[in-house]
Amino acid sequence: MSAVSDDARPLLAVNSIEVIYDHVILVLKGVSLRVPEGGIVALLGANGAGKSTTLKSISGLLRTERGNVTKGTIEFRGQPIHRKDPAEVVKRGIVQVMEGRHVFEHLTVEENLLTGGYTRKNGHSARADLELVYGYFPRLAERRQVRAGYVSGGEQQMVAIGRALMARPRLMLLDEPSMGLAPILVQEIFEIVSRMNREAGVAVLLAEQNATMALRFAQYGYVMENGRIVLDGDARTIGENEDIKEFYLGLSGVGQRKSYRDVKHYRRRKRWLS
Amino acid sequence: MVEWQFTLLLLSNGLLIGLMYSLIALGFVLVYKATDAINFAQGEFVMIAGFVVAVALGAYGAPLWLAVPLGLAAMVAFGFGLERVMLRRLIGRPIIAVVMATIGLAAILRGVGPLTWGAETKPLVLPISDEPFILGPLFVPPIQLLGASVSIVFLGVFGWFFLKSRKGIAMRAIADSQQVAMAMGINVERYFALAWAMTGVVSALGGVIWGSMLGVDVHLSLVGFKVFPVVILGGLDSIPGAILGGLIVGVVENVAAGYVDPYVGGGTKDFAPYVLMILALMIRPYGIFGKRIIERV
Repeated sequence: MSAVSDDARPLLAVNSIEVIYDHVILVLKGVSLRVPEGGIVALLGANGAGKSTTLKSISGLLRTERGNVTKGTIEFRGQPIHRKDPAEVVKRGIVQVMEGRHVFEHLTVEENLLTGGYTRKNGHSARADLELVYGYFPRLAERRQVRAGYVSGGEQQMVAIGRALMARPRLMLLDEPSMGLAPILVQEIFEIVSRMNREAGVAVLLAEQNATMALRFAQYGYVMENGRIVLDGDARTIGENEDIKEFYLGLSGVGQRKSYRDVKHYRRRKRWLS
Repeated sequence: MVEWQFTLLLLSNGLLIGLMYSLIALGFVLVYKATDAINFAQGEFVMIAGFVVAVALGAYGAPLWLAVPLGLAAMVAFGFGLERVMLRRLIGRPIIAVVMATIGLAAILRGVGPLTWGAETKPLVLPISDEPFILGPLFVPPIQLLGASVSIVFLGVFGWFFLKSRKGIAMRAIADSQQVAMAMGINVERYFALAWAMTGVVSALGGVIWGSMLGVDVHLSLVGFKVFPVVILGGLDSIPGAILGGLIVGVVENVAAGYVDPYVGGGTKDFAPYVLMILALMIRPYGIFGKRIIERV
């Protein structure tokens, strides 16, 4: 388990990618990471560290925001995917659950879920997949005819994850699933994700600010700062390392702060963890 | 004629004409619903379709069964082409870019139509009688009956399409959020093209029906101006709204023409729907059936 990055051919390999927005703004400066088949990998870091950008470069959504992978490669099952458009990436088995619970608000819960299966040609199995999703999220079954804009935040996150599951992915990119949700709901959602991982074999790349929660479910973790991976390792090692706790997770005492900016970051992280 | 008969006649006529407005408004709604683009060239689409069919019938002597499908095919191709050449590049730009582009397009089409096919009014004769059906107190011109029936059928078909079909759900998803739709692997550009092609179909039908009533020349495009009160009253993105809005506009127009015009010497017919539209904007800006923005606190 420990040597995840040494696997011969991981499910996903991101090889020192550089991302530039609008042709001028350098956002990622040589990011590399690996997700093994069936694994859960956490991508940690503060707001603005580049987690979402990393996920979007994998899913291809980057280009809808005028971003470009200018250096490096992204390989999925050995095939390069960094020049594919989002629809093609989904077809190959990667689906992203975007930050902020983006559901189609004017569609019902069930219609939302159905849109997740659109890349697969055989429309018939969609019904079976719906039942599978309702199996994971029984709450959604009760609310299937309700417009997604009117269900609770936690339920919207479930819709977003369930909808992604409808695409039958090999890899799910989860961007801040805990954002703005009550701790009890976060726990519930993480448990469902981990069940999905065990039962359906869906690998997960999880971008989170809520590091303690993410590390509890992940086997391996990367810490990002300022567009770079500054550290990676076993989830337990990361979670227990004192330095890491202090500098990246904001768990313990006062470090050497150089500017007000650092203080702000520090406080923000602390709020997520307390 | 007795008073109530006159009223009834105005109403029935208004309802039939209104349904034909609904058909044209449907073209506008389809595009707005799927792509968020406001098409100011809807009337010109209808005009171009009218030209194609009228010229095929008149100048080339094509039979009707050939001319109408030809018009449909031409407008579908036109819709596809327009999306590919012009509108695709405007995706993600401010809404004003699309508005201005379609206004420009409208002006170009108003010029190119007569330039290509001649400015004189061309008849578009459908093989139906001019003699109105007399149903009790009502006089119903066959063309209006045909127009209203075609409208109902297509409004129904497209309504079903959006509500129930797989592609329709995808289109509504795109209308909700393009980026999320992309994240789900929905090919957004293909659906945009489909929406414009569907507008082409509706415009072609509108062109045949309105062209046969008014004759085909540049003035046929004026029918597009009726679209705005219809869609504002009904809701920009609602098919039932287009129906209801069309009916309201048709009736208001006819009642204004029948009861107000004799006193003021005419002309109210053309602006009465706009008075209503402005009132509607003040009272209920999202229309009768329009999509309300869901806000969470």
